[in-house]
Amino acid sequence: MDWLYILMPIAGVQIFWPGLVILGVGVGIIGGFFGMGGAWMVTPGLNILGFPMAFAIGTDIAHMAGKSLISTLRHGKFGNVDYKLGLIMLAGTVIGFEVGAQMVMWLERIGSVEKVVRWIYIALLAFIAWMVFHDVAKRRAKEKAAAAKGEKLDGLTTGVEWHKTLHKIKIPPMVHLKEAGIYCSAWLPIFVSFLTGWLAGILGIGGGLIRMPALIYMVGCPTHVAVGTDLFEVAISGLYGALTYTYKGRTELVAAMIMLVGAAVGAQVGAVATKYIKGYGIRIAFGLCVIGCGLSILMKLVQPWVPQFKSILDVCATVLVLGLVSLMSLYIFVRMVAGVKEELRRKQQSA
Amino acid sequence: MKQRLQRLWWTVLGLILLAPSLSLAAGGGGSPIVIVADTRKLDGVMAWWANLYNESHVQFAVLTIIIIPVTGVIFGAVADVVMGWIGIDLKSRELAEH
Repeated sequence: MDWLYILMPIAGVQIFWPGLVILGVGVGIIGGFFGMGGAWMVTPGLNILGFPMAFAIGTDIAHMAGKSLISTLRHGKFGNVDYKLGLIMLAGTVIGFEVGAQMVMWLERIGSVEKVVRWIYIALLAFIAWMVFHDVAKRRAKEKAAAAKGEKLDGLTTGVEWHKTLHKIKIPPMVHLKEAGIYCSAWLPIFVSFLTGWLAGILGIGGGLIRMPALIYMVGCPTHVAVGTDLFEVAISGLYGALTYTYKGRTELVAAMIMLVGAAVGAQVGAVATKYIKGYGIRIAFGLCVIGCGLSILMKLVQPWVPQFKSILDVCATVLVLGLVSLMSLYIFVRMVAGVKEELRRKQQSA
Repeated sequence: MKQRLQRLWWTVLGLILLAPSLSLAAGGGGSPIVIVADTRKLDGVMAWWANLYNESHVQFAVLTIIIIPVTGVIFGAVADVVMGWIGIDLKSRELAEH
């Protein structure tokens, strides 16, 4: 079975290459569907396959750039990418990310980086999960209220509408974002991207996990445009990240390329699936992913208090992350196949 | 007021564009660990790639960030062809809900 293993030229480790393809497919589907890079899934996955942590992060970023580019191109054709918004946000993201990274260095100096970062992560994920399900509950309440009056709720009505309050702030220059259908102060996306970039810099992640809900709830993007625009951001910041990590010699291009084979298919499946799954379906699935991710981090956090369960908790956290990736990608794939079948059936009927 | 805000906008934009170099100047500290690739067990393209890494990190990094998007676009185009062949409409999407 030697042919199933490949020697990585830079890291110098033997890697089970079908594992890379499977990981690429799974993360490609989830990333293309939710508009995330998926670092929280890939880095532990690569680490489990045998990569040292520094190489796992670098390789993840490199593959993320290519995969997100594929998804962005697909979403762009559906009109899901607001390039103007993406470019405005890119500026805030870069500066926010650097401020966050400098803060991590400061926390490192005072010796509490690990603890602070993990607790911020948990608090943030809990907040995002609450926000998503609060939004879903509010929309359902609106639906019920409309049904009681014998009316049907408009498809574009949302539960949480914080963005409407933020849009009232009219500090020039004002911008019209065509694809997102928003007219707001340019400072709003800059502020939001700075905030999400800063958090991403502190947490050491690409930021899709934070930026996607921020684009929906703070900037006011429709779900599909939030997914596409976020992927555009991930692709560009991923390339920048890939350059810095590769220059430091922590990227394994061979592994990234193998993952891209799987991710190319997965990213297309994920992006096309957004055609068939409604906006709120995407939000609910995203909320479930956030809960799973939060639980896996919590399992790592409680280990100092229960050292006797350390190994069990480690295994549980890994199983939870990988199980979540598999189940979620399977769900998206099944829904996509069902959608395609329906589309082909309609085409045949109309022909 | 409007003019002042416009000026502030351009100043912030300029600062943002300069931010990476400023933060690089502020950061640094400590020499990074240099990993050398072991080319003895490698041959062909893999050996060439590992040698390139050992000889020049700059060339290696530049080539990597060229190869990644190009590969992404090629694989994406192939997947497009396959999906188009299946019969999926890849150009339009009915607007679902928000």
